[in-house]
Amino acid sequence: MRLECKVNGENREVDGVWEGESLLYVLRERMELPGSKNACEQGECGSCSVYLDGTLVCSCLVLAGQAEGREIVTVEGIAEGDELHPVQKAFVEAGAVQCGFCTPGLIVATHDLLHRNPEPSVVEIREALAGNLCRCTGYEKILDAVRLASERMNA
Amino acid sequence: MTGLTQTAPVSPIRKRPATTWSPGKVGESDRRPDGIPKVTGEFEYSSDLWMDGMLWGATLRSPHPHANIRSIDTSEAERMAGVYAVLTHEDVPGRKVYGMEIPDQPVLAWEKVRYQGEPVAIVAADHPETARRALEKIHVEYEVLEPLADAEAAMREDAPNLHLSGNVLKRVHVRHGDVAGSSADVLVTGEYEIGMQDQAFLGPESGLAVPDGRGGIDLYISTQWLHIDQDQVAKSLGMDQDQVRLTLSGVGGAFGGREDLSMQIHACMLALHTERPVKMVYNREESFFGHVHRHPAKMRYEHGATNEGKLVYVKARLVFDGGAYASSSNAVCLNAATFACGPYDVPNAEIESHMLYTNNPPCGAMRGFGAVQACFAHESQMDRLAEELGMDPVELRVKNAIEPGMKFPFGQEVPHPAPVREILERVKVMPMPEEEGLTGRDLRELPGGVSNVTHGEDVKRGVGYAVGFKNVGFSAGFDDYSTARVTLSVEGGEPLVRVHTAAAEVGQGGVMVQAQIARTELGVEKVAVLPADTSVGSAGSTSASRQTYMTGGAVKMACEAVRDRVLDLVREELGEKPGDLSIEDGSIVSDEREIVSLAYLLDRREIEETVEFHHKETRPLDENGQGDAHLQFAFAAHRAVVEVDVELGLVRVVEIATAQDVGKIMNPQALEGQIEGGIAQGLGLALMEEIQVNEGKVQNASFTDYLTPTILDMPPVRMEILELADPEAPYGLKGVGEPPTISSTPAIIAALRDATGRELTRIPVKPEQIAGVSEKLRDEILQQQDSAGYSEIGRLDERREH
Repeated sequence: MRLECKVNGENREVDGVWEGESLLYVLRERMELPGSKNACEQGECGSCSVYLDGTLVCSCLVLAGQAEGREIVTVEGIAEGDELHPVQKAFVEAGAVQCGFCTPGLIVATHDLLHRNPEPSVVEIREALAGNLCRCTGYEKILDAVRLASERMNA
Repeated sequence: MTGLTQTAPVSPIRKRPATTWSPGKVGESDRRPDGIPKVTGEFEYSSDLWMDGMLWGATLRSPHPHANIRSIDTSEAERMAGVYAVLTHEDVPGRKVYGMEIPDQPVLAWEKVRYQGEPVAIVAADHPETARRALEKIHVEYEVLEPLADAEAAMREDAPNLHLSGNVLKRVHVRHGDVAGSSADVLVTGEYEIGMQDQAFLGPESGLAVPDGRGGIDLYISTQWLHIDQDQVAKSLGMDQDQVRLTLSGVGGAFGGREDLSMQIHACMLALHTERPVKMVYNREESFFGHVHRHPAKMRYEHGATNEGKLVYVKARLVFDGGAYASSSNAVCLNAATFACGPYDVPNAEIESHMLYTNNPPCGAMRGFGAVQACFAHESQMDRLAEELGMDPVELRVKNAIEPGMKFPFGQEVPHPAPVREILERVKVMPMPEEEGLTGRDLRELPGGVSNVTHGEDVKRGVGYAVGFKNVGFSAGFDDYSTARVTLSVEGGEPLVRVHTAAAEVGQGGVMVQAQIARTELGVEKVAVLPADTSVGSAGSTSASRQTYMTGGAVKMACEAVRDRVLDLVREELGEKPGDLSIEDGSIVSDEREIVSLAYLLDRREIEETVEFHHKETRPLDENGQGDAHLQFAFAAHRAVVEVDVELGLVRVVEIATAQDVGKIMNPQALEGQIEGGIAQGLGLALMEEIQVNEGKVQNASFTDYLTPTILDMPPVRMEILELADPEAPYGLKGVGEPPTISSTPAIIAALRDATGRELTRIPVKPEQIAGVSEKLRDEILQQQDSAGYSEIGRLDERREH
């Protein structure tokens, strides 16, 4: 089938999509946007998180066809031009990135959190990011990064 | 055949993000060179690789833990549109088995399968779904056999042999002093059990194999050790090493789970057969079957001590389930035997460590490697002994702490530094987390969280301590080395250092530390760490907490060799006196006087040195388990504070405090990341992480059912770092990756025992054990749940309501 949607502000059109493909698969394998990650493909780890019409979703749980005519923002669309978004900067500076496989999902989820709640408390951060598994960091540096980004975005 | 048109493989892979510069030297927190591409999504992992014309590989796995293969019929799969190859064991061109220590694992099974998930056939197709569907069309006739699913049962004489060599994979006996002839005032015994933990790295096993058109192959892969993969892949492909070239792709975590091969040989076979690039990517379920796990163990201990609390003897029998194939079980068995007594002065010891083949999933390397299992047991025993003696558990440990100059039970002298006493005393006096009132709290700060199961009632606090240690580097006579090539040149008018090694960056930050070392040693700001590949010599594995020691050591040595040559040039060409020259900020300096800039001196010349750094020789253990087996020992102690809902068995870990000796802090931020991340895996093992295996079959191969700690589960970590230099190590550093995982688990269990008064001898602990629900009662409750309460109201089909 043919799929038309807007991804990171650009109109995209892909042909030959098999009906069973997930949005994650189409982004990664058909649109050259492999930033969203395939850690579990079961909606458990959050590494494939993207915005679908402004709502945070696991793109592995969205069928490609459901994205028809809709607007998607992936981790590749978070930076502001060549300038990193404050959330991205904070993750690098706070040491919240190790292997980095969870990072794209966490960047999008944190971006979403700080837009909904610019000054989250520690428990609010924990609750908001509980759907994003990280196996390397023990999460401490991720908390630091979210707090740092929050401070800077509110400054 | 349908599908994609053939495209000649040119250069694979999309693009490599540009190297970013950052000026950190040894001892500073630096920005990871791969940090920015990782936050923008540009960083290329092995599952992101893509080439025009590539095919997708898939693996057919045995549904049975133990079966004879009567026949394999691939004809229907071969006829499917979009399928380019269906291969079995008959198509393995070279050695039909692989393995790091003992090559006993079939590349593709023939005659027999020995675990559920064992690869039987592989497929290449033009779409991953086509490949998966083709797997369903391969018809394998199995004669299902009774699985040998228990390590103790595998030891019995009447057990069927799973391998020609028998079921005993390895046995290590450590005999030290005279246990039989020693007498103790008090003795405590215990039996402890540990479940099968998974590394659960997030990046699935994946890679891309590209035939070079001349009979050779290039493999882009995530692994922990490129050269051991290269060696095994070449043997099974029947090729020379130089025909099989490996390049490290982005690695999404490892923790031991990428030491063994997964899809490497399979992807290469398919690529060579189809003459097309072939990509293979496991999904999460397959990943649980695609790598080895941490060994489950049953451990029986007896500790004897004087009334004053001095250890007299330790007797221990450790039984490990190695699963169907050898992997690195030999080394795990040896490690466990040498660490079985803990970091204590034990005058008499008798340790038996047994490793068995079974029909369970193969087990091998995971962070902590044999020390984790032993630490849970010896620390549980120390707490029992403290209770028996009425002593403070930390005081008992301090009283028996091993010290430099003493001997470990396996005969090796304890090298300096070994600050066991000091790290214990430090975690003891570190400030405790404030005791907040239990009522009126945010639910998320109570055990059970927003499940709304307690508002503070029946919540008890507990505190527990543990200490552990781990060998750094490869042991027992292995010639452990790493290779580094360092090139100094001038580019764009500025000096540039290129560092080339085969060391696998798996997330730990090795690429950052290598650059810091080069900047420190050569006084040059711009350092490029080149992609790791097999065009440079082996770096050994990114495991055993060894890579900063070994590859860091090699980079340091290569930089020193380059520096010597630069300074020789200055002496030869500028007539400077030998001696007091150094390189600082891109210039040659003598007595704080700039003599010449590197850019001017070198002009178009390149200075390159390649070195191998071998660590000090170690020795195998003798028949009594005695020998200088290990290179270096790294120590950490942990204190856990927990809150437990004692009625429901739910736990909130309030805080973990730790003290660890690292010799030298190479990069504070990366060090903290290792410690916090290691503790999270220790917490997972204590409370939730277990691959549940029933009669050889895995019950929970998903992140829905295999639970790892989330950000809600992980408490703040309070840490104190000691820098007691190891005089034999580069910069005095000690390996840091594993100790955080080793003693954090028993500290949490000790805290749970403190809160509940229960024995908790099996980990991960389950709520019913914490709440003290007996097995019998639990089974009754579960049975009632199965009937959904129908026992009281009558089953729907029996109610006959009108």
